[in-house]
Amino acid sequence: MAAMIEVDGLTKRFGPVVAVDNVSMTVARGEVLGFLGPNGAGKSTTMKMISGFLTPTSGTARLCGHDVLDEPLAVKRRLGYLPEGAPTYPDMTVLAFLDWVASVRGFSGAEKHARVERAMRATSLGDVVYYPIEALSKGFKRRVGLAQALLHDPEVLVLDEPTDGLDPNQKHEVRGLITAMAAEKAIVISTHILEEVEAICTRAVVIARGRLVADAAPGALAARSRWHNAVTVRVLPEQRVAAIAALAQLPDVHSVEAEEAPSDGLLAISALPASGVPLEGAVRTALSNAGIAPRDLRIERGRLDEVFRDITTGRPAHPETSQAA
Amino acid sequence: MKVLLAITRRELAAYFATPVAYVFIVIFLVMLGALTFSVGSFFERGQADLAPFFTFHPWLYLLLIPAITMRLWAEERRTGTIELLLTLPVAMWQAVLGKFLAAWAFTAIALALTFPFVVIVNMLGTPDNGVILAGYAGSLLIAGCYLAVGAAVSALTKNQVIAFVLATAACFVFTVFGSPVVAGFVADAVPSGVLEAARRISLIGRYDSITRGVIAVRDLVFFVTFIGFWLYANAVIVELKKVG
Repeated sequence: MAAMIEVDGLTKRFGPVVAVDNVSMTVARGEVLGFLGPNGAGKSTTMKMISGFLTPTSGTARLCGHDVLDEPLAVKRRLGYLPEGAPTYPDMTVLAFLDWVASVRGFSGAEKHARVERAMRATSLGDVVYYPIEALSKGFKRRVGLAQALLHDPEVLVLDEPTDGLDPNQKHEVRGLITAMAAEKAIVISTHILEEVEAICTRAVVIARGRLVADAAPGALAARSRWHNAVTVRVLPEQRVAAIAALAQLPDVHSVEAEEAPSDGLLAISALPASGVPLEGAVRTALSNAGIAPRDLRIERGRLDEVFRDITTGRPAHPETSQAA
Repeated sequence: MKVLLAITRRELAAYFATPVAYVFIVIFLVMLGALTFSVGSFFERGQADLAPFFTFHPWLYLLLIPAITMRLWAEERRTGTIELLLTLPVAMWQAVLGKFLAAWAFTAIALALTFPFVVIVNMLGTPDNGVILAGYAGSLLIAGCYLAVGAAVSALTKNQVIAFVLATAACFVFTVFGSPVVAGFVADAVPSGVLEAARRISLIGRYDSITRGVIAVRDLVFFVTFIGFWLYANAVIVELKKVG
């Protein structure tokens, strides 16, 4: 599978500030890459360089084999780009704007008409076609930006926060749209909504203070959590002490966390594994030996938000090295 | 070519999408009328020509052209649409030239609306319409020069007020350079070589000779080069801003 996007040592300095520091990654057809990082980490700057809007201090990006520095037009023809904040010309109507983008992209006549129609349908803009863009809500503006990026059915999509400002239904629609297109495109989306990464991304790249700090499948990233393979059981409040003792003595258990106050008459107690090893069997045996019958037993996949916090603040995520409670 | 046309058309439409175009045209026509008839003594002169009309064009442009160009790039930068424009498959020269041509076409529309002056002077006497045509050509050329300067200056900033003030100042310098008044004023302080160079890049002398009906190739080449230079500078400025 050939890489459609190759980012090669991208670096951007603004005076003394290093906004993006030697970021390299590749994205292949069929991948949806979630580009994560705290605000100001360099996500948008990286995307601006990939799209050719900013010139990198060093390094480069290639789209479908075309270098953005040497062949900017070839890159821009193959790229659908939603810039940060989805800028559009506020005076224009939705239709006039998309029609203009189509003209600039070299479409005319019936084909132009069909492409504008399709882009508007895909982003559910049908009801606001003749509205000036400045009169639209934030969610609609975002969708106009999205329609503009999809218009020419590009091989590569780079979307800077495509679901920002959308309501839950619109978010769902846009995610569906991205998933539907994913098979024949290479897609990069930046977001700080972690559930979005788990829902639609095949890979997550985390950037912090300009540096790439993680590049893995969302599942693998979640597996770095000290909660990965943790087992949570619910017991009666009076069994609290016995249950904690039974779980804490297991060799593979790193720590045990228990709820202070019961809910629905039951208390949740979690056993966190030492190095992500499965605990289910051991937990069941230990509890039955202690004469406790847990009401329900749940195995955690890992908590992405916690991993995100750990790697972007520079703290290690693994229990072996962390100061876990 | 299609891309260039699409950009020009959008930019031109953008003037008319807001009251800017109408305010500009009305003010342009009213001020031109006032200047021509009162200050220019259009009737009292008793001559069937438009000399008093064309005399005021560069000075009026000095004030009004920067108002047209100030938004060209500054607004795109402020609203972020420049990122959209420059990530579409548009070559830099197409973006720069497209914006310039739209602003020029808009000026031409405003200028065309001064046709009643031509009608009046033709009713009152038998003017040399060739000279009048030359006057319009000269007016359009000097407007083009100001527009090119203003567009380049607009690319420097995201603040439209700064773009306006800088453009007015720059156009003023290019206009008065070499005028006898300024030359006499600074003659003692400035070496004669500088004065001579300043006179050569001055717009107003060449404009005056064109509006008198003397169209010299030398002057045309100068105007075209002047516009070309500033459009090139415009592209360089936008390109440099990408480096951050």
